[in-house]
Amino acid sequence: MTSHTGSKKYIWVGLTLLLLTAVTVAVSRLHVGFALAVFVALLIAVFKGSLVASFFMHLIAEKKMIVILLLSTGFLFIVMMALILAGRFDVYVGLTHVP
Amino acid sequence: MGAIPYTVEPREDTGLYNGKLGIWLFLASEVMLFGALFATYVILRLGALQWPMGDTLLSVPIGAFNTVVLITSSVTMVFSWVSLKEKRLGKYRVYMGLTILLAILFFLVKLFLEYIPKFGHHHYPSESTFLAIYFVLTGVHALHVLGGVVVNAYFWGPGAKMWQHEPERFTNRIEIAGLYWHFVDLIWIFLFPILYLL
Repeated sequence: MTSHTGSKKYIWVGLTLLLLTAVTVAVSRLHVGFALAVFVALLIAVFKGSLVASFFMHLIAEKKMIVILLLSTGFLFIVMMALILAGRFDVYVGLTHVP
Repeated sequence: MGAIPYTVEPREDTGLYNGKLGIWLFLASEVMLFGALFATYVILRLGALQWPMGDTLLSVPIGAFNTVVLITSSVTMVFSWVSLKEKRLGKYRVYMGLTILLAILFFLVKLFLEYIPKFGHHHYPSESTFLAIYFVLTGVHALHVLGGVVVNAYFWGPGAKMWQHEPERFTNRIEIAGLYWHFVDLIWIFLFPILYLL
């Protein structure tokens, strides 16, 4: 658990999150191409999410038990996503994709 | 009946008080719930012949405004916990009250500026795959916001009586409520760009 004495950092994290929200919207207006737009938007979202988890949720100083729990969850989440996405390509020969 | 153990002091084996381990286990299940919904979004989008850009159907300024509201509520939530650490109940009530008001503002904006106008223009989930996944994702998230409002309102009002006789336990409860609330904020951080901007 972090000390409550350094509470100014929460203000800075909050301001950074607001600034990054503005950056996300601004980048989406640049029409940089779909692939790059997805990459940038998700990159910023992951960074913002990391800030929330690390500072607001105190993960940066949390006990090992919680880190193990979250890593396990992350692993299962990736497996779930991989299985679901793999199903999209698991089409028998001779079958055609029906939109 | 004995009292629930380890509400304040950490267990030797986990190093955590029980409530904190419990909320993280719950949040892990929430990751899988929203993970499945995000995966559904990806599959639907990859399989669609056409997919509208979010800003052609949704209002980016309204979505961005709600993002600002939710991020601000996360800041006030963490300060409500800090206030209790500083033994200042009055300050806690102010920050928690602001958190609740911001959460209600988020929900009202979602309802009256987004959902109801869409229904007024006959934009229902049955109209398109995009609207179907939009209403499911944001609807499930909005229900989580409402759940947070109910819990936080209880801790702002009658639940705060615990502060008088068990201040540390009450502080831990607010930390747990905060973890949930920050998770709700975190989910929206991903929902906003994928639905409104891409």
